[in-house]
Amino acid sequence: MQLKKMVVALAATALLVPVAACSSSTPKDGGDQPTLHVALPTHAWTNAIKESIPEFEKVSGIKVDLTTFGEDQLSDQYNVKLNTKSKDFDVMMFRPPQDGKLFVQNEWLAPIDDYLKQADAAYKWDDFLPATRDSVTVDGSIYGAPLITEQEVLYYNKKLLASAGVNVPTTMDELEAAAAKLTDKGKGQYGFLSRGQLSASVTQFSSFLYSFGGDFDNGKKATLNTPEAKKAYEFYGRMLNQYAPTGTTEMNWIQAMPIFAQGKVAFYTDVSSLSPNLDDPATSTVVDDWGVAPFPAGPAGSHPYNISAWALGINAFSEHKDLAWKFMEWATGQDMSLKLQQKGQSLARASLYASAEGTKGFRDDMIAAIKSSTAAGVAVGHDRPLVIKVSEAREIIGKPIVTGIDGGDVAAAIEEAQTLYQKFLDSETKA
Amino acid sequence: MTPPKPVAQTASALSDFANKHRKYVLAGPATFFITCMLIIPLGFTVYLSMTGASGSVSRNADFLGLANYAEILFGNDRFWPAVWRTVVFTSVVLTVEMLAGLGIALLLWRTFRGDSILRVIILLPLVATPVAVGMMWMLIFHPTIGAANEILSWFSVSAQGWLSDPRQALPTLMFIDIWQWTPMVTLILLAGLRSISDEPLEAASVDGANSFQRLIHVILPTLAPTLVTALLLRAIDALKTFDIIYATKGKGGGSYHEAETLNILAYSYSFDYQYYGKASAVLVLFLIIILTICCVLIIMRKKQRV
Repeated sequence: MQLKKMVVALAATALLVPVAACSSSTPKDGGDQPTLHVALPTHAWTNAIKESIPEFEKVSGIKVDLTTFGEDQLSDQYNVKLNTKSKDFDVMMFRPPQDGKLFVQNEWLAPIDDYLKQADAAYKWDDFLPATRDSVTVDGSIYGAPLITEQEVLYYNKKLLASAGVNVPTTMDELEAAAAKLTDKGKGQYGFLSRGQLSASVTQFSSFLYSFGGDFDNGKKATLNTPEAKKAYEFYGRMLNQYAPTGTTEMNWIQAMPIFAQGKVAFYTDVSSLSPNLDDPATSTVVDDWGVAPFPAGPAGSHPYNISAWALGINAFSEHKDLAWKFMEWATGQDMSLKLQQKGQSLARASLYASAEGTKGFRDDMIAAIKSSTAAGVAVGHDRPLVIKVSEAREIIGKPIVTGIDGGDVAAAIEEAQTLYQKFLDSETKA
Repeated sequence: MTPPKPVAQTASALSDFANKHRKYVLAGPATFFITCMLIIPLGFTVYLSMTGASGSVSRNADFLGLANYAEILFGNDRFWPAVWRTVVFTSVVLTVEMLAGLGIALLLWRTFRGDSILRVIILLPLVATPVAVGMMWMLIFHPTIGAANEILSWFSVSAQGWLSDPRQALPTLMFIDIWQWTPMVTLILLAGLRSISDEPLEAASVDGANSFQRLIHVILPTLAPTLVTALLLRAIDALKTFDIIYATKGKGGGSYHEAETLNILAYSYSFDYQYYGKASAVLVLFLIIILTICCVLIIMRKKQRV
């Protein structure tokens, strides 16, 4: 009898345990002090703001719980959690060019228009760079506060340039001539490098495309096979085919940057925010030898992208939207922005670049490059197509780049990509 | 005439019920667990695979029936190459890992001076995190600044593309997998070897069998169940390999999808493209393939036991 009772008790407990575990999965707020859950990527901005969080907690009485993930893991987390309408995050750091449209279409982000209307006058929404404001606006509603801005710049190795008596190029033609002069494959020295991996290359190729006078599409029609785009594809492919180390078709910046950092490459085009990697003596032998210049001009002028790489937004399923806005207003406000900019972050507020205080943490050549890239009429506000399913579009657009790098038939690859991309655009407008 | 306490009555009624249906009550927790963790998600995946779900699972999606399957099996240029790569990857790493694992296990079978230190060293790759392993090999195999090409240059061998060469990427990944997982096979087979008693081996020696004959006629037949277990475990794992490929080649398995196995393809469709319907269909097809292989291996093992 005793044994039977025990069996029943055990079975009942075993049945109840998982049920109890399921029901306690919503985050508990500690006492009467509300807790705000903030999801961030492992990024220099995250590290910089971490130190100031206690200040915010003290002033606002809100407890902040930060969760950080690697960049790609953060996307996956959003995917998994928001698909189940999770309230685990209140504030979400996201990538407007990559995730913006998709998240809005999925109804994962809450619009912040009303909050902006009520915001303190000192917040100054108009101070954010126009291109970055555009990047968080979808169908007339605003879904986030821009954080980090990025531009494509030209990194160069001063030592290599000086040894060959080459000046810093300002046009594409000069860049190619200089790269050719500085390439000595036998010595393991290369003239040029940029990303070549199918999907990763598209963002860095975009500035070349705009500077040759092209774009990915005009909103409805694919424009990958225009004469301008063709020239850009051919140029980018040829540069990496002839003047770059082998294996570029598999290179994202993680693989490419170290080669420049080891002093083996004369010119490297990539995003401005990567420069701290070159200043770290542990990974870089060019700490004193690297320089940076504005993106060289093509037939249509110099048109690098200037994007809002990261922004803060509010989870549409959050129960603490007001608190989330309070945090955003503080984190992206004038004071905090200046403080973080001085720690080396390249933020989205125009006023920061106009004052000596705001540019204190930057090298002179970097600030000159950023200023000239963000000037009106120069910068383009996107570095990848403005579509919902960005990843798929990038793989279509990247194909002719990879073909060019490997010395294949670029013209045929462009026609194929044009057809596929048009089909892709049609399917998006239908949906 | 005091009525019995209601609590006691319920308890005894409950225990009577439990006693009568003992097998169901005892199997209850496990059944509940399997239903929650396996059957419901699997059922949902099968359902998703028949819809056009995309973007967000909670959005309404059209029911497409078997259209996703038809598209993947007959109109997709990435599915069959991915199947082929999965099969090649699995069969090559399985063969090498089983042979090398057996060889190392035979060497470590008899105790010798310092064997415990050697065993610890051999097991090291097993305890390393796969993503860390991927990053480490990615640096070693970097075509321009990696150690592998540096070492080759000492012997005047020209630099190789390794992971960055579309033709060499999959073989390089096989090498990394073999490096990492052979120790596990060794460990399992070593346990099997240790359980072989000395008598049959001694009897074989007395009958004049040499070491090779003892291996073929005594050791391997006795070790067979352990071999099949190791084979089964590794086969399932190798088919599902994801971490090292993702860590070294990223989403999509490279610019030419040259290292895209079925798992990587399913990941691309779900997390990268957000075509949940299509991704689910790939996964269901993948499950069918794995189940078929497992059934074959289990039947093999049963036959050997007879």
